[in-house]
Amino acid sequence: MSQPAALPVPGAASVPTIPLRELAPWALFYGLLGVLVIFFVTADQGAVSIPSGTALHEWVHDGRHLLGYPCH
Amino acid sequence: MNARALLIRGLIAGLVAGVATFVVAYAVGEPHIDTAVSIEDGQPHTHSHDEAVEEEGGIEVSRDNQKTWGLLTGTLTVGLALGGIVALVAASTIGRLGSLAPSQSTALVALLGFVAFVLVPFLKYPGNPPAVGSGETIGDRAALYFGFVLVSVLAAVASTYGALKVRERLGTYGGVVAGIAAYLAVVVVAGQLFVTVNEVGAFPADTLWFFRRASLITLATMWGVIGVVLTGLVSRLYAAQTAEAERRQLAAGL
Ligand SMILES: [Zn+2]
Repeated sequence: MSQPAALPVPGAASVPTIPLRELAPWALFYGLLGVLVIFFVTADQGAVSIPSGTALHEWVHDGRHLLGYPCH
Repeated sequence: MNARALLIRGLIAGLVAGVATFVVAYAVGEPHIDTAVSIEDGQPHTHSHDEAVEEEGGIEVSRDNQKTWGLLTGTLTVGLALGGIVALVAASTIGRLGSLAPSQSTALVALLGFVAFVLVPFLKYPGNPPAVGSGETIGDRAALYFGFVLVSVLAAVASTYGALKVRERLGTYGGVVAGIAAYLAVVVVAGQLFVTVNEVGAFPADTLWFFRRASLITLATMWGVIGVVLTGLVSRLYAAQTAEAERRQLAAGL
């Protein structure tokens, strides 16, 4: 009956949200993974976790400098 | 719109950004790293990585590998990590930032992420080329840098949340001004409190500036490409879902 009126007006319709409960496990898992990866690539020797002079550390050396992370 | 759909699009954006960042970093940044490395080799007393590696008897990675495959590895992994994180943060803001469309929320998250995670920390602790910095202080410098990044990002999140609260009472203009003012207040005070690091010494000023400019261009490429690609993908996703919903509603009405 009044179906046409129920159609959402483009732009004016309220944007649906993603429930935080649905988002939490994704954010937790990928957030941790992502931060860990960034840390491994960018954190320098002596600072944390990565033994100095490892192949990985030397391998991503230029990226660390150009992405603005402390090195040397 | 769900977390999985956003994460996949974030990874695509991150992949594209990683490749683009490699190209830009190689073309714009590597010449200045080479200059810095040649300066470093001319200084016998500098504690360089190569020396450290040789002392430890570890594996040596050639400069050719460092500036190509090594650099690509770095930009790709950081791109994928950042792309996914930006997408999930965007997912949490969609529909929660006033009347912003999903694509607009996404673009805003990428912009604020660049400012809070990169630009402001860079202003306090700018990147340095090889040969700048003492090996003995690297632990302290890393802690200071990551500490400042943490303060800046937390301040940005809190300020955005605060801006939304203020907006309910004072409107969008008041909310945005209050949010930006709160963020600036925190990072300016933190910038004064955090120790200044200056280990430039006699390193040539022009090479230092060229390197830092290249570093900023590299970072802007990373975040710019993530922001642009992800915003486009989210926009398409939302348009497709809206069209689908309208079609169903029409079909139900027939
Ligand atoms: Zn280095």
